[in-house]
Amino acid sequence: MTTPYQQQAPYQPQGGPAAAYSSPIPVRDAHLGDALASEWTKIRSVRSTMWTLGVMIVLMVGLGVLSAVVVSAADADLEGQSVLSLGFFGVLLGSICVITLGVLTIASEYGTGMIRTTLTACPSRARVLTAKAVVFFLLVFTLTTVITAIVGGLQTLIVDQGSSTGEDWFRATVGIALYVATLGLLSLAVGTLIRHSAGAITVMIGVVLLPLVLAMFMFSESLRDLQQALFEYSIPNQIGVLYDTAVTESGPAGWDPLWIMLGVTAVALAGAYASLNTRDV
Amino acid sequence: MIEAVGLTKRYGAKTAVYNLSFQVRPGAVTGFLGPNGAGKSTTMRMILGLDQPTEGHVTISGRPYRQLPNAPRQVGALLDAKAVHGGRSARSHLLSLAQLSGIPARRVDEVLGVVGLQEVAKKRSKGFSLGMGQRLGIAAALLGDPQVLLFDEPVNGLDPEGILWVRNLMKQLAAEGRTVFVSSHLMSEMALTADHLIVIGRGQLLSDMSVKDFISHNSADFARVRTPQTEPQQREKLSAALTEAGGQVMSEPDGALRVTGLPLPQISDLAHSADVRLWELSPHQASLEEAYMRMTQGAVDYRSTADQKSGLMQQPPMGYLPPQQQIPEVPQQGWYAPPPPQPGQNPYAGGAPVAPAAAPQMPPTAAPADLTKPEDAR
Repeated sequence: MTTPYQQQAPYQPQGGPAAAYSSPIPVRDAHLGDALASEWTKIRSVRSTMWTLGVMIVLMVGLGVLSAVVVSAADADLEGQSVLSLGFFGVLLGSICVITLGVLTIASEYGTGMIRTTLTACPSRARVLTAKAVVFFLLVFTLTTVITAIVGGLQTLIVDQGSSTGEDWFRATVGIALYVATLGLLSLAVGTLIRHSAGAITVMIGVVLLPLVLAMFMFSESLRDLQQALFEYSIPNQIGVLYDTAVTESGPAGWDPLWIMLGVTAVALAGAYASLNTRDV
Repeated sequence: MIEAVGLTKRYGAKTAVYNLSFQVRPGAVTGFLGPNGAGKSTTMRMILGLDQPTEGHVTISGRPYRQLPNAPRQVGALLDAKAVHGGRSARSHLLSLAQLSGIPARRVDEVLGVVGLQEVAKKRSKGFSLGMGQRLGIAAALLGDPQVLLFDEPVNGLDPEGILWVRNLMKQLAAEGRTVFVSSHLMSEMALTADHLIVIGRGQLLSDMSVKDFISHNSADFARVRTPQTEPQQREKLSAALTEAGGQVMSEPDGALRVTGLPLPQISDLAHSADVRLWELSPHQASLEEAYMRMTQGAVDYRSTADQKSGLMQQPPMGYLPPQQQIPEVPQQGWYAPPPPQPGQNPYAGGAPVAPAAAPQMPPTAAPADLTKPEDAR
C-alpha cells in the first residue's frame, strides 16, 4: 500500500503463532434473563409493534365505547347479559392485530435475515423462542387486561343496565386477555413454522374467520352436525363464550375456550421448537 | 482455530459443498476464495451451526459451534450486511445482540465508535448505504471481543477509505492472536490482506497454502519477444533457435512470442547469433488474479456470455452484404492466458489439464501459415 496516511496502528507481523487472544471484558454465562432483555429491546424498538398495538387499542376502546353508546341511545334491552359483553366486537377485531404482531415477532427476523444474526449470538435456539414467547405473551396479556378493564369501566358508566358480577369482570378482563395473548402465541408458533410474515398472517386470519364463514354457507341437511361444530368451536364464538354471549346453546362453556386454545397452542409451540431446532436457517 | 473435516452439504440433488477439510489457525488472516456459488457462504453458515452439514463436521476450538460455552464471546461473525431489521436503529440492533450475549451495554457505544457509526446510531438502518451496513455488521462481529472472527465479503460496498480500514483491522485483529477467516471473491484484495489462502470451487478444495507459496507457485515469469512483423520467417528462425536452446516458446494472438525457461540476456544473445532483429523483449509476471482465475475457471458456475442482440438487430436491406470482418485465426486459448508451460511448477496441473492443453502448441508444419495470419489482418 502506498497510502500516505494510516488510521490504525501499523501492523506488526508476528513470527510464529501468536498467543491466543483473551478479551479483557469479563466473560459470564448468558441465560434466559439476557434473552428476555434482548427480546424486550427488539420488540419495543420497531415501529410495527407501536402500529399494531396502537390500532388494537383504538379498535378495542373505540368499538367498546361505540357499542355502549349505541345501546344506551337506543335504550335496547340487554336481556340479562352483562354490559361487559359489549366489548366483544372490539376484542374480535383487536385480536387480528395481536395475530399480526405475534407472527411478525419471529417471521420478520426470517424476512430480514436477522434470525441468522440472532442465532449466531445465541446458539441455544430454544432459549430464543422461549424469550420471544414470554415477552410477547406478557406484553399482550398486560395491555389487553388494562384495556378491557378501562373499556368495561366506560361501558358501565355509559349503560345503566345489565349489572356485572365479580366473575363477569374477571372473565371479561383477565380471561379475555389470556385468550387473546394465547391466540397471539399460536400466531408466533405458526410464524416459526411458516417463516414468512404474509403467509403466516393469512393462515391465522383464516383460522379465526374461516370456520364461521364456512358454517354460514352450509345449507345441506347432511352437513348439519359439521355446521354446528364449526359454529361452536369457531374462535369468534369462543370469545363470545368467555363473555357469556355464545350464539349456540351447546358446545364449549365457561372457561372451556381458554383450555382449548391453550391445548392447540401447546401443540403448535412444540412443533415450532422442534422445527426451529432442527431446520437450517 | 477452526477445523473442518470432510464437510459436505447437499440441498436435494445439488451438492453445495463436497468433502471440504481445512484448518484456520490463530494469529493470521486466512482468506477464503472462490467464485460466486462456490459454497463459501454455505461453509460459513455450517461453521456457525446455522446449517447442519450433511456429512462431516466443523469445530471451533474443538467443539461444534452450538455446543460452545459463551459462543458469542468466542466467535464473532459478519454474514450478511443486510441481515438486520431495517426498522431498528443501529444502536438498538447492537444493544439487543449485546443483551442476548450477556455483554455490558456500554460495549455497544464502544464498537459504534470503532466502526465510526456514532453519528447515525439513532437512525433506522433501513436508510443505511451498503457500506454503512457493512460497518454495522462488523460492529456486531466485534461486539463480544471474540478470539475467532468470520467475515463474509466484508469489503463489499465499502469506499476506498473503508476498504483500507477493513484491511488494517483484519491484520490488527490477527496480530492480536485471533483467528480471522475472511471470504472474498477478489484475489487482489486477499493478496493484500491475507497470510493464508483457502481456495474452493464448486464446493471442493482447490488450494490451501500460504500467500507466499501461492505467489511462488503461480506467478512464473515469462519474456515477451516480438520480431519484425514484416518478416515472418525471422520469427520462425528465432522460435527454432530458442527451442533448441531449451526454452519453451508459445505464440500470442498478436504475433508476439511468449518465452519461458530462458533469461532475457540469453534470448537477446540467441537472437543476435541467429541474426534476428527484435522489436520487443520484455519481462512479464502472471498476476495472482490471473493465477486464481485460471485455477477456478473450470469451477465457475455462472459465466457471462457476449450479448448477441440477435433478435433485435435490424435486417439489412436485400442485396446488401455487410462488410465481412476479417477475423484472423487466433489460436484457441483458454479464457485467461495459459499458464507458463512448466509442467512441474503448476501444482494444479493434475486437476486442470484444460489449461495447458488449450495452450497453442502449434504443429511445426502448419506453423508458417498460422503464424502469418495475425499479421495479414493488420
